[in-house]
Amino acid sequence: MNKSNSALASSVYTDGVVRNFALAAVLWGIVGMLVGVIIAAQLTWPELNFGIPWLSYGRLRPLHTNAVIFAFGGCALFASSYYVVQRTCQTRLFLPALANFTFWGWQLVILAAAISLPLGYTQGKEYAELEWPIDILIAVVWVAYAVVFFGTIGIRKIRHIYVANWFFGGFILAVALLHIVNSAAIPAGFMKSYSAYAGVQDAMVQWWYGHNAVGFFLTAGFLGMMYYFIPKQAERPVYSYRLSIVHFWALIFTYMWAGPHHLHYTALPDWAQSIGMIFSLVLLAPSWGGMINGIMTLSGAWHKLRDDPILKFLIVSLSFYGMSTFEGPMMSIKTVNALSHYTDWTVGHVHSGALGWVGLVSMGTLYYLVPRMFNQTKMYSTRAIELHFWVATIGIVLYIAAMWIAGVMQGLMWRAVNPDGTLVYSFVESVKATFPFYVVRLCGGLLYLSGMLIMGWNVVKTAMNGKVVPVAIPPAVAAHA
Amino acid sequence: MDSLYLLLPMSVLLVLALIGVFAWALNAGQFDDLEREGLRVLEPDHPAGDTDTATVATDARGAAIGETNDHAPHEPLDPGQG
Repeated sequence: MNKSNSALASSVYTDGVVRNFALAAVLWGIVGMLVGVIIAAQLTWPELNFGIPWLSYGRLRPLHTNAVIFAFGGCALFASSYYVVQRTCQTRLFLPALANFTFWGWQLVILAAAISLPLGYTQGKEYAELEWPIDILIAVVWVAYAVVFFGTIGIRKIRHIYVANWFFGGFILAVALLHIVNSAAIPAGFMKSYSAYAGVQDAMVQWWYGHNAVGFFLTAGFLGMMYYFIPKQAERPVYSYRLSIVHFWALIFTYMWAGPHHLHYTALPDWAQSIGMIFSLVLLAPSWGGMINGIMTLSGAWHKLRDDPILKFLIVSLSFYGMSTFEGPMMSIKTVNALSHYTDWTVGHVHSGALGWVGLVSMGTLYYLVPRMFNQTKMYSTRAIELHFWVATIGIVLYIAAMWIAGVMQGLMWRAVNPDGTLVYSFVESVKATFPFYVVRLCGGLLYLSGMLIMGWNVVKTAMNGKVVPVAIPPAVAAHA
Repeated sequence: MDSLYLLLPMSVLLVLALIGVFAWALNAGQFDDLEREGLRVLEPDHPAGDTDTATVATDARGAAIGETNDHAPHEPLDPGQG
């Protein structure tokens, strides 16, 4: 190659930041899931709080959710979106230095969360606990992320914007909007603030945020992964590319309205609750369309599922996506919600989506990405991937089955009344009855964490055996296409 | 329910903006040849010939693609220059 160095720099993909985010995702996955196992044990045996404030359940629980959603899931999304947007646009990242800033900025956010949450600093909003200085840092990093991502779309060499980029783009814009509106607060000193909204308004804004965080952070972004990495790993085009476009537009048009289903039977006006329920039910259609589209991508090549553990991760993640997007609309029906709300059924539902869908699709994606980031064709050990898959899947089944049974049992116990109108069970009796299911849940969590540790070993081995080699961008012959 | 006066108009504005983006995508020809675009992502990551004339797209799902070895290592540049 007789190009100058500067020409060379723009003829290779910006993979350093992808590599960093991929490795960080594995590390934070282990940390976040470990904290999850610890709090599952604390719920089973409260003595494990040890009377130490910063190790207490109430402080570790938000640490767990923030670590798995924003540290593990977030890093996996950064890595995959930066990878996919470059490959499908056949160009390097727009402003690579800014992309590096998003990496270090995001790690700083994670570090700040890991310190401030155990110390007890919180805004008390679920999935938005971090105090205002950290919220500002998140906003700055996120705007930089949007500039890098959409800038890269802007300098693309392929005219068509691949569907995965639409999902990533929707996710980035929606999360920016949600974060800024929900985090609006009046500071009352360093690391202390009061929400800009009050009472039921605050609750509505919070669950407008909370549900759309699920819809855009945990769904749209990971669907972007799905629509790129399943076709690549299966070496088949998406079953219906047309349907994938419909999936995107249908999903983003309906998701924004589903939030009120988190506030059934509260002070929120009844009509608002009903709107939330109806839009939640409507969401079943695009969700299942997308799930079927993804799974049918293997149509005619089902044998690959038998031999390729990475495809197992990706396809089984979609079946959990289908399960939780069926379960969610059902739970949003008011009469079902009357039974399920505030029980461990909700926890089971969330983990069906989190462990089954978000976790497995991220792991499949990382197993695809990591070897390519170290000039390898595959991971160090394929059998370890297979083992990870089975350990994780059995862990998920134990977890969600235990929580389903526990949740329905709690709901039935809480609503049972004697003929004279008094409650049949006191609350603590339902807690006592839940104990065995908490033990099963802990076992499921331990299995899932073990799978992640196997992955950590496999990733370290792959990285040590490989070396970092810049990847050339194909000549832009298709620019006119 | 003051918050609904914020959230409802915002959601409606958002939907209008989305319709605008969708209209742009439609008019810009983003959805003109969806069959081909679904296949393009499978083209090998290493430099290849003109994709318009390449054998990749047209025929049955995956028939041509399955033969291109996507699992080959990415074509590296000379590391000395990188």
